[in-house]
Amino acid sequence: MSSRFINWFKFSSPATFYPLARKISVVSTVVAVVLIAIGLYMSFFVAPTDYKQGEGYRIIFVHVPASWMSMFIYLVMAGWAALGLVFNTRLSAMMAQALAPTGAMFAFLSLWTGSFWGKPMWGTWWVWDARITSELILLFLYLGYMALRSAIDDPRRGDRASAILLLVGVVNVPIIYYSVKWWNTLHQGSTIRMNQETTMEETMLLTMLIMTLGFWAYSIAVSMARVRAVILERERSANWVRELAEGRT
Amino acid sequence: MLEPLYWIIRRDLTIAMRRRSDVFTTLIFFVIVVSLFPLGIGPEPGTLRLIAPGIVWVGALLASMLALEQIFSADHRDGTLEQMLLTPQPVALLVAGKVLAHWLVSGVPLVIIAPLLGLQYDLSMDALQALVISLLLGTPTLSLIGAIGAALTLGLRSGGVLLALLVLPLYIPVLIFGAGAVEATVSGLGGQSHLSLLGAILVASLVLAPLATAAALRVAED
Amino acid sequence: MNHGTAAPTLEIDALSCVRGDRVLFRDLSFEVRPAELLHLKGRNGTGKTTLLRALAGLLLPESGEVRWDRRNIRSLREEYSRHLLYLGHLNGIKGDLTAAENLRIAATLDGFELSEARAWEVLGEIGLKGHEDLPSKHLSQGQKRRVALARLLANQARVWILDEPFTALDVNAVQLLQDVIRRHVENGGMAIITTHQAVPMIGEHTRTVSLGSADA
Repeated sequence: MSSRFINWFKFSSPATFYPLARKISVVSTVVAVVLIAIGLYMSFFVAPTDYKQGEGYRIIFVHVPASWMSMFIYLVMAGWAALGLVFNTRLSAMMAQALAPTGAMFAFLSLWTGSFWGKPMWGTWWVWDARITSELILLFLYLGYMALRSAIDDPRRGDRASAILLLVGVVNVPIIYYSVKWWNTLHQGSTIRMNQETTMEETMLLTMLIMTLGFWAYSIAVSMARVRAVILERERSANWVRELAEGRT
Repeated sequence: MLEPLYWIIRRDLTIAMRRRSDVFTTLIFFVIVVSLFPLGIGPEPGTLRLIAPGIVWVGALLASMLALEQIFSADHRDGTLEQMLLTPQPVALLVAGKVLAHWLVSGVPLVIIAPLLGLQYDLSMDALQALVISLLLGTPTLSLIGAIGAALTLGLRSGGVLLALLVLPLYIPVLIFGAGAVEATVSGLGGQSHLSLLGAILVASLVLAPLATAAALRVAED
Repeated sequence: MNHGTAAPTLEIDALSCVRGDRVLFRDLSFEVRPAELLHLKGRNGTGKTTLLRALAGLLLPESGEVRWDRRNIRSLREEYSRHLLYLGHLNGIKGDLTAAENLRIAATLDGFELSEARAWEVLGEIGLKGHEDLPSKHLSQGQKRRVALARLLANQARVWILDEPFTALDVNAVQLLQDVIRRHVENGGMAIITTHQAVPMIGEHTRTVSLGSADA
């Protein structure tokens, strides 16, 4: 019956996914290296100097894509979490688990580059700007997820508990974002906005796009490599992993 | 349908009344935390008046979070929680009852004592009123959201600290609108819009949080 | 599907449970019919408690399903709980409440009214006369267990799942409990129990399922 099919699906999918993940990981590593190399070259040498912010603005080619990625990855994780809760598939939880460190890294990168940008622009390492504050809270959410995961020994409980946390988080993210924005507009009359949209030149947009795609490829590459490690660890008692290990030695 | 809700609230209130000291622990914590800030910042009334809403609210946030750690753990230890999951009642409803009882015991005292603490900070009458109303609307939300975290961390080794890590970021909107309501009143803008947003968040979490908590409890008892 | 043609049964279909790395049991299938007592046997660590928790719906099995009246208990949820009484290792009573209070609250949550008088009557039957009004934390282990077992007398659930119900009970209470279980089964109920004690189990409707022998 249908339940049989799901059982089969559940047990075999990490096994069949494992070699596939390797292929995806290799391909996207190559893509990531190429795109990020082009992107960095363009952001340093091709994109024109900004007439208002000088050379320092170039950090936005890392900052903005990193911010986007950190938010996007959280959404993807929540998507996997929902899938895992509904269909009780193990792979989805593993994917969420594999993505978390990358998302947290991008959130941190976004804060770090934001701070680097802030120093020459406004003479301070940190401003309580709405976007930066939201990004900081997003980082907290990532850290909370990872802390909860690692605190639970039983992997299945870990999967389900952290999935619930992700869904709660994703419902809250827009509320948090708007509340922070509201707070910010009320408190700082002379707000300094991160995106004081000076007219973006086409090359700037293109560079940012290439960097974003490069970060995408990087995220896929890294999370696929990580999900392979997670699969091996979680399935270590399964036959196919044992056979794999014997084949290697 | 409402019969079990009534009984679960009555049950938890009865138990709380039989061990009253727990209630006071939370309250005293709140008072101490809020009283610490002038010692760290200095007694200048102007400054204190400025930071009072934020400090009272952060104090309420921490106090309510600390109290929440206990909301399910006793029931988890003695097995009444697993029995609750096995009753024909919707678990979310029972959760809502437990949270309500918990709020009556640990949240309402904070709301009642808050004006006194506001006096320490030289808040005006209007501001005190706004403080009480904002706490009245905000602290139930804190209990509701915190219950999710308490359920997720149920029985874990590092439960308390982990709970803080999970729940505090989710408390931020309540903090912003709660403290904002008081500040807006102080500055003469009027806290109406803040308060209605707090109310909206309360309604939303009243609907959603018990469902998430119920799901988390099922996972924790697995 | 055709409901109601016969009294509902509890079907266990290809159930597998895993704890950490260890497979406790795999592809376990059996059925419990009305007026049947199932005695679950097995050494320590063979997954008896896990199986009972899965049957109660507390635990999500790795694979397979438990069906009540031909429907998965996962989708029935509260509707299944209505017919179920589960008693685990923990007594599920609050130390700060009296025996009678505990019993009445449990009854209300189980969806039926239990008057104060009836609660006292039941507690008397189970041998707690004179202790009805004491906070449960002042009772002995065996007495606490009796408070938990009093739910069996007050409840009308069809499926009883009892995990080691005889522990901490004295000889009289063991005898009493056996009678209670026998009466329940004779009246068409089902009971699934685990026990270490060599209790002479009751009646010709007793079946035994052993865990651990079929270890894969």
